[in-house]
Amino acid sequence: MMNFISTHLLSTILFFPAIAALVMLFLPKEETKLHKWYALVASLVPFGLSLVVWLNFNPSQAGYQFEEIHIWYAAIGSSLHLGVDGLSLSMVLLTTLLTPIAILASFSINDRTKAYMILFLFLETGMLGVFMALDLLIFFVFWEVGLVPMYFLINQWGSANRNYASLKFMIYTMGGSLGLLLAVQLLGVLFGTYDLLSLYEGWNALDGGATLLGMSVGTVKAIAFWAFVIAFAVKVPLWPFHTWLPDAHTEAPTAGSMILAGVLLKLGAYGFLRLILPLYPTEAKVFAGALAFLAVAAIVFGAFGSYAQTDFKRLVAYSSVNHMGFVVLGIAAAAFAAGTADARIALNGAILQMFNHGLSAAGMFFLVGVIYERTHTRNLEEFGGLFPLVPVYGGILIFTSMASLGLPGLNGFISEFLVVRGSFGVGVNSVPVMAVYTAVAMLGLLFTGAYILKGIKKVLHGPMNEHWAHGEHKLTEINTREIIVMVPLMALILWIGLYPAWILNVINKAVVMLF
Amino acid sequence: MMNFPVLSVITFTPIVAALIILMMPSHRRNETRAVALASATFALLLSIWVYFSYDQTAGGYQFIEKYDWLPALGISLYFGVDGMSTPLVLLTGVVMFTGVLISWGDEDPHVKAGIQDRPREFFAFLFLLAGGVFGVFVSLDLFMLFFFYEIAVFPMYLLIAIWGWVVTREYAAMKLTLYLFVGSVVSLIGALVMYWIQYRNTGVLSFDMLVMENAGFSQAFQIAWFLPVFLGFAVLGGIWPFHNWSPDGHVAAPTAVSMFHAGVLMKLGAFAALRVGIMLLPEGAKYWSWLIMAFAGIAVVYGAYIAFVQTDMKYMIGFSSVSHMGLVMLGLSTLNQNGLTGAGVQMFSHGVMTALFFAVTGMIYDRAHTRMIPELGGMMKIMPFAGVGFIIGGLVSMGMPGFSGFVAEFPIFMGVWQSRWLVAVIASISIVITAAYIMINIRKVFFAELPEKLHGHVGDITVLDKVAIVTLCILMIGLGLFPSLMVPMVQTGVENILRLLGGA
Repeated sequence: MMNFISTHLLSTILFFPAIAALVMLFLPKEETKLHKWYALVASLVPFGLSLVVWLNFNPSQAGYQFEEIHIWYAAIGSSLHLGVDGLSLSMVLLTTLLTPIAILASFSINDRTKAYMILFLFLETGMLGVFMALDLLIFFVFWEVGLVPMYFLINQWGSANRNYASLKFMIYTMGGSLGLLLAVQLLGVLFGTYDLLSLYEGWNALDGGATLLGMSVGTVKAIAFWAFVIAFAVKVPLWPFHTWLPDAHTEAPTAGSMILAGVLLKLGAYGFLRLILPLYPTEAKVFAGALAFLAVAAIVFGAFGSYAQTDFKRLVAYSSVNHMGFVVLGIAAAAFAAGTADARIALNGAILQMFNHGLSAAGMFFLVGVIYERTHTRNLEEFGGLFPLVPVYGGILIFTSMASLGLPGLNGFISEFLVVRGSFGVGVNSVPVMAVYTAVAMLGLLFTGAYILKGIKKVLHGPMNEHWAHGEHKLTEINTREIIVMVPLMALILWIGLYPAWILNVINKAVVMLF
Repeated sequence: MMNFPVLSVITFTPIVAALIILMMPSHRRNETRAVALASATFALLLSIWVYFSYDQTAGGYQFIEKYDWLPALGISLYFGVDGMSTPLVLLTGVVMFTGVLISWGDEDPHVKAGIQDRPREFFAFLFLLAGGVFGVFVSLDLFMLFFFYEIAVFPMYLLIAIWGWVVTREYAAMKLTLYLFVGSVVSLIGALVMYWIQYRNTGVLSFDMLVMENAGFSQAFQIAWFLPVFLGFAVLGGIWPFHNWSPDGHVAAPTAVSMFHAGVLMKLGAFAALRVGIMLLPEGAKYWSWLIMAFAGIAVVYGAYIAFVQTDMKYMIGFSSVSHMGLVMLGLSTLNQNGLTGAGVQMFSHGVMTALFFAVTGMIYDRAHTRMIPELGGMMKIMPFAGVGFIIGGLVSMGMPGFSGFVAEFPIFMGVWQSRWLVAVIASISIVITAAYIMINIRKVFFAELPEKLHGHVGDITVLDKVAIVTLCILMIGLGLFPSLMVPMVQTGVENILRLLGGA
């Protein structure tokens, strides 16, 4: 048994939640407490195992580690090929860390807990599969599968406007993935295999002058490039594909928003890194300017959009658009100047930003959820001056907000600094092309400060709304369970902020070897 | 054991059972049902046995049986299955079994689900139909194929006209029967011409399809006769623009008949079109593949769109069947390995999925007395089992990975990429439309508030219903997770087709 697990470590991590969910089907329906604890324990197992992987992972070794291949669909050349490198491992760790935290955060849910927890565990398998897949079809399989539990989580446990939001989420993502689906099929037809490593090689070796489907290979590649980009841009989300996000995040239950912002958005960014950069180095370079433009638009408009909100959760939702814009800006800069030191710095920043945003966005959504559960409103105008009522909550909120704002000493600063530093230097013939974009992005960063402070001010400071001070509406302090949810997030935020080397070391080595 | 005539036993089991059922007294309703269930189970077990003892490494036609019937004209009872037809035999067994289960129903006068009106005659006709379906899938003799084909079509008229939905049953039964008879007559003329030309070419009088493969039809002949033969059968496969009978028929038919109709009968059309049209007239198939592909492509997108705007659940599923059978036709029209393999798997996958859809819709209709989507709601609380089953069916329908629909549709699309890639791009739109109407329907029917009117008198489904749902779901998930359970078998059948097409 131990032997099997040590040779099938990744597939154990991947399928454990799904199998646990199947077992959960047979638990009695009324035992709400049992469901919660069972799901929590079941999600801690993959976390423990991924720590084992992290500790046994050799960052200096090129290629993929803990590889496994199992034949899945021989007729079309697809197999369950799993493996991790520094990039995917950090995302796996993020996923297995956030899932138990999100499950713990959902302990306040008492409506159909069994179905809820089952969906959550399936969702974890779906997300992990994307990060572990080394087979394009398997990547796509998990990419789509993860949609289903998330759809039902929003649709069944969401707030008032959940029907609209969940359908929009589903249709946006599926519609966005259509081009990806078609491009995946094209690649499979051309090479008779979906194995990523062979595809990298074969696809890049295609002669740019040859014809394919009646067009030149260059044209086909450019179209396929945009098909990939749109699928991932919807998920990241990049402006102007982001409009599903504020709705989905706002309507989702708290833990759903945590996972949505913490992990699902990373799937899109991960797609850029794992598929687009290696498969389309030339196209990525050609269109890097366009990507950077969209990224900067996301940064600036995301910040403006966030600032304009009166709904606390929507404010945090738009902040995700803003922060994920930095990830894509880093990627675009790296694509433009592939192979240079600047590119590596930018990529380091982008990947670390993925991890960091996962921590701080999950924390922020949770904190919004904490106050929403007590007040049943998210309207910023109805809060105000709550700090004296809930000092501990206030402190935690300020701490997490500062991480989101990019305060030096906390994690957001490190990654955003790296992205900015990397993309600033990227240019042609010492004309720093990307510097323009970076400069505009700074405008967004300014407004990041503005909307974060606005959020804090509206909730914690200013004249106290007496409604929450007395009687049945008296606001209660954050409880122990909720603090336990926040502690690992805050600890990591601080740890990465003060000493980022432990994770940047792994990420940097992966970046150097990959790009 | 190898000499056991398993295929003829499978084929004649339902027919014999139909006769036995007819001889039982009409008031012994539960005994009638028990006989039906027993013989359906028997046929299912045999078809499972055939499925798992089919030798995939050997390929080709297996379990061959041949008995002379009219030697002077070269007609024989000639049975055998290959990688294409074996899954369809299994499918027929499954649909027959689950169809009987859900027709058993609930005799409680407040519920009256399932078939409570003359179950004896109902099961007799249903089984006659099932026998015909088995016969078509296992026949290697063209005459016998037609023989069983008509046996399968004819009981539909009575089943719909007698047990169907009161509002449209006469109209729908008539429309369906006329469409299908015209189609099969056109095909029959084609087949007789082929028979005659073969005699002129080779001097052999035979309806044996394996012999006819070598009849040496000229290219001009094949091009001239492919369309009538193929389209004549494809009418039953619901190909656009001859699909019009199908949604009306689905809607009017009683639940088990809808399951049979969409689950198996439509496959009959596609299968016969493949076996007779493509395999006997391969040059014609190559010449006309663009037209079939155009029809199929339109069916895929148009069917999905029309399904999207329906408010009657059964019409919605009926048009989704047009869309999904369009994918089967699309796969067939590619004439390449991926496309044909996908078409074979899609026939099975769609059969199981749509049987499940109609079963659940029937359970809801029997209890709520309406199928109008806006008038329904809250079914998840009342019949959670049916709800989960419908959701799983919906995911299959959307082509969600991990379910059989994806395993089937993906190779079809790959095949289309290999022949006419633009069609793949256009057809892919249907995936999003399908996702939209399935999700909207699930939300409305299963999750929205239970309407006032339905309070109190809508109850949960029976245990037998649950068995049927579980059986169908297991097949869809199993095939979705482990494609190798079926795909290699279909591939052996496809290799034979590719050989006839000249290794293309």
